[in-house]
Amino acid sequence: MAEDVWILGISMTKFGKHRDKDTIDLASEAALAALADAGVTMRDVGVLTAGSLTGGSSSFGQLLQKQIGQTGIPVYNVANACATGATALRVAIMAIRAGETDIGLAVGVEKLAGAGLLGSPPKEEDGTWSRRGRFGALAPLEGRVGTDSMPGVFAQIGLEYGHRYGGADFMLFARIAEKNHAHSTLNPLAAYSRRFTLDEIMNDVMIAYPNTRPMCSANCDGAAAAVVVSDSRLRRMDPEQRRRAVKISASVLTSDPWQDACQVLPDVNTLTRQAAAKAYEQAGIGPSELDLVELHDCFATAELVHYDNLSLCEPGGAVDLFESGATWRDGTIPVNVSGGLESKGHPIAATGIANIWEICHHLRGEAGERQIPGARVGLAHVIGLGSACGVHILEKAAA
Amino acid sequence: MAERIPLVDYLVLGDEPHIVAQECVRCSARFFDRRNACASCSGTEFRAVDLPREGTVYTFSIVSLAPPGVPVPFVAAVVDCGGTKVRGVLVNIEPRPENVTLGMKVRLATVPLGADTAGVEAVGYGFEPV
Repeated sequence: MAEDVWILGISMTKFGKHRDKDTIDLASEAALAALADAGVTMRDVGVLTAGSLTGGSSSFGQLLQKQIGQTGIPVYNVANACATGATALRVAIMAIRAGETDIGLAVGVEKLAGAGLLGSPPKEEDGTWSRRGRFGALAPLEGRVGTDSMPGVFAQIGLEYGHRYGGADFMLFARIAEKNHAHSTLNPLAAYSRRFTLDEIMNDVMIAYPNTRPMCSANCDGAAAAVVVSDSRLRRMDPEQRRRAVKISASVLTSDPWQDACQVLPDVNTLTRQAAAKAYEQAGIGPSELDLVELHDCFATAELVHYDNLSLCEPGGAVDLFESGATWRDGTIPVNVSGGLESKGHPIAATGIANIWEICHHLRGEAGERQIPGARVGLAHVIGLGSACGVHILEKAAA
Repeated sequence: MAERIPLVDYLVLGDEPHIVAQECVRCSARFFDRRNACASCSGTEFRAVDLPREGTVYTFSIVSLAPPGVPVPFVAAVVDCGGTKVRGVLVNIEPRPENVTLGMKVRLATVPLGADTAGVEAVGYGFEPV
């Protein structure tokens, strides 16, 4: 068994519009803050992992180094859709577990404010029909053969769950968004921190039924970074560093295994269930022991299915779990107390580290007004359509 | 009569338009795209299987935001055709939530997409309420 790995320092920038900063500025801000939080410098770091889908370079990590410290260490530039940040973190963790180094830095950043609808770029058409792509299509298939748009895909995923188990209607999904927007009012780093009434949510612009605009993740700018350290190195550090270190009790990444019809409508369930099961086993912790969860609510319809996928409820029990109030911040299993992607925002490659920052903030007892009292164990989940799922379970230091 | 060609390779036109799946000979997994191998068992032999023209709505969304040039709103759906799920739009129906129910019966319908500069007409498909 490889040795334990800990979060030594972690940071996220304010999510929102950063007109005067580019991706390197934001990534530098997050990375330098994470290093300061960890009490180390770039000279101590043995591996850098970096992700930015909009950073405009296949060597984004090296561009970052050129601003914060070119020390000659290996850089891994990673991409895994919305799971890019979790993937960067996981690669740094694997490097430490493999014994290649004892301190790693993982960074994710995106500039997306005003980006509008992601996915399904329009194709050009010429004068005569010609077949393109793996379906031999004569024309773009969006709107002609269903949808590939994220809001539409995740709407279908939510209604599929409703079809199977019942009880999931437009109002229920809107109430999930109502919860997350209410949570966001306590998060100063959220892109949007206004409370919405249920009426406002249901009567806002419809994007893809049953998801209205406030039920969709918010495109925004932002970065997050984490410094990870081996157990043996941590033991030689200052008591204050050891006290604030957060144990990574599980770090799992999965891809979507073949399931019937998974190439017709993406199956975001199976890979999440498998990642969660493996994470609970690695950590030796069950879902009932979690004090808080940050899960990938890219749309309100997605949050519902992940209650079930992460085993926060019995199979088929996601609607009942939500109806019980359990996932509000004063409930038995608070979910997305940061405000979630719907209000905190979703700068894609930053998300998979920012959700871990949120958990660490609570485990360290530093979450201020939105602190979940006595939090000792938390779970962070992301999913990138395509698909990749990252699940991390984090525990407060024993000391 | 002008030549008519299907929007996608897996749509067959003619007197009884229908959808054809590629089924893995070894494990029976079904696909609609050009294959290199089977995603389920990595087998490389496939056979064509005609799907029934009728099915039920397995899940849907009414999409109101789409890239430029795509008319909205439209009903995106997954239709269960005799146990094989197919992606498509619902047609000949007002795109309002109260008009679509999960499990509702639908059947394949062809959708003319216009002619190109050579006069060749492209034909797509959708599913209409039975």
